[in-house]
Amino acid sequence: MRVTVDLEACQGHGVCHMSAPAVFELDDEDGHAIVVADPVPADQESAAQLGADSCPERAITVG
Amino acid sequence: MRVVVVGASLGGVRTVQGLHRRAPDAQVVLVAGEPGAPDGIAVDRPPLSKSVLAGATVEPAPLVSPGELLAEVVPGRAVDLDTGARRVTLRGGRSLDYDHLVVATGSSPRLLPGLEPRPGVFVLRSAADSLALRAACSPGARVVVVGGGFIGTEVAWTLHGAGHPVTVVEPLPALMVRGLGPVLGAALTRRHLGAGIDVRVGAGVAAIEGCNRVEGVRLVDGTLLAADVVVLGLGTEPETAWLRGSGLQLRDGVVCDEHLAARGVNGVWAVGDVARWLNPRYGEDLRVEHWTNAVEGAGVVAAGIAGEPVVHAAVPYVWTEQLGGRLQVIGRVRPQDEMRVVHGELDAAHDAAFVAITGGAGRLQSVTGLGAVKVLMGYRRLLAAGATWEEALAA
Repeated sequence: MRVTVDLEACQGHGVCHMSAPAVFELDDEDGHAIVVADPVPADQESAAQLGADSCPERAITVG
Repeated sequence: MRVVVVGASLGGVRTVQGLHRRAPDAQVVLVAGEPGAPDGIAVDRPPLSKSVLAGATVEPAPLVSPGELLAEVVPGRAVDLDTGARRVTLRGGRSLDYDHLVVATGSSPRLLPGLEPRPGVFVLRSAADSLALRAACSPGARVVVVGGGFIGTEVAWTLHGAGHPVTVVEPLPALMVRGLGPVLGAALTRRHLGAGIDVRVGAGVAAIEGCNRVEGVRLVDGTLLAADVVVLGLGTEPETAWLRGSGLQLRDGVVCDEHLAARGVNGVWAVGDVARWLNPRYGEDLRVEHWTNAVEGAGVVAAGIAGEPVVHAAVPYVWTEQLGGRLQVIGRVRPQDEMRVVHGELDAAHDAAFVAITGGAGRLQSVTGLGAVKVLMGYRRLLAAGATWEEALAA
């Protein structure tokens, strides 16, 4: 599974990090998501999917 | 396996999508009855009180197009549920048999006698509501918002930003007091006042005056607030009327266990605003009306139907765009808990950054912030990790 964040759309809610801390880190300054595990390890795929689903700005694509 | 999802709300649509991943062999039927939507599918609601209302976004974005859903979409409204026969009946008489039923009928704006929509008086729930309110707000229109919760204050801020004179009437002693507690509520009330929004707290509404058009809002103390447009932000009520007599336990929502399975019956689940569930994180029954709760609950329901149950124990999160920034609340602000400001000051310019935390029962319970993402994020991590109140205070 690959994962990308559209940083134009990302507004720094940080929900993805709450859902999948091993996949999404947050930028210290503005809270924008940073992907730290791409490709996503198999045991993190459902968490990454939840992180993508939980983005209020629909900024995360997995697949 | 046949799954009927009732309600093309955020929770309903996301459950269908989750089932596609978790239980790809399930036959899924979505009963889509969103009021005012041609295909019965709701739009993404958060922008309705933000960019859509402000006119920055012209068209509300649908949650999904029916073709993307990989489910049979049946337009209509459910009117009856027979949990013994596992059958749901739609208005018009059509019935659908199920192995699993998902209640995703959401909630509707609460109305009170005399405080109901009519020309010039609006609620804000659907895309049609937002567009109608936007259209009514001609330049210079005076706006009174009845109800100072998250939605009411956000609408007030948006319309204030669009140049309207805005007054918020709130019967409790401060704005957003249910969501933020009395101290933060009072501080943000002062910030709204400082920014130029008229706020009347501790004020009851006696009547909305005017016959063919709205002329104003009469308060219980006799004050008349002149208005061309009135917005009702009185909270919401779960859409459970169609479930009466079904055997489901209804108590301000469908009562569910920690997996979002409805108690007392087999094969019924609830998701989003309509679900009252035992949240193991707090050990009590909660009903949460936030966007992220519907999304997270949809994953929980899809997993449960797929036979891989998980518990719904997410930390609540809500955000609102107002006071010149994004106000974010993570966790629960409980009235009995202690509060500390850990960044910035509460009594400051309307858009001045702050972060406040609350603690009780020995634990960090919530973190609320405006414009201080970095600080907020640190406490968010502590909250997710289950930090003690002492650890949070020492951070």
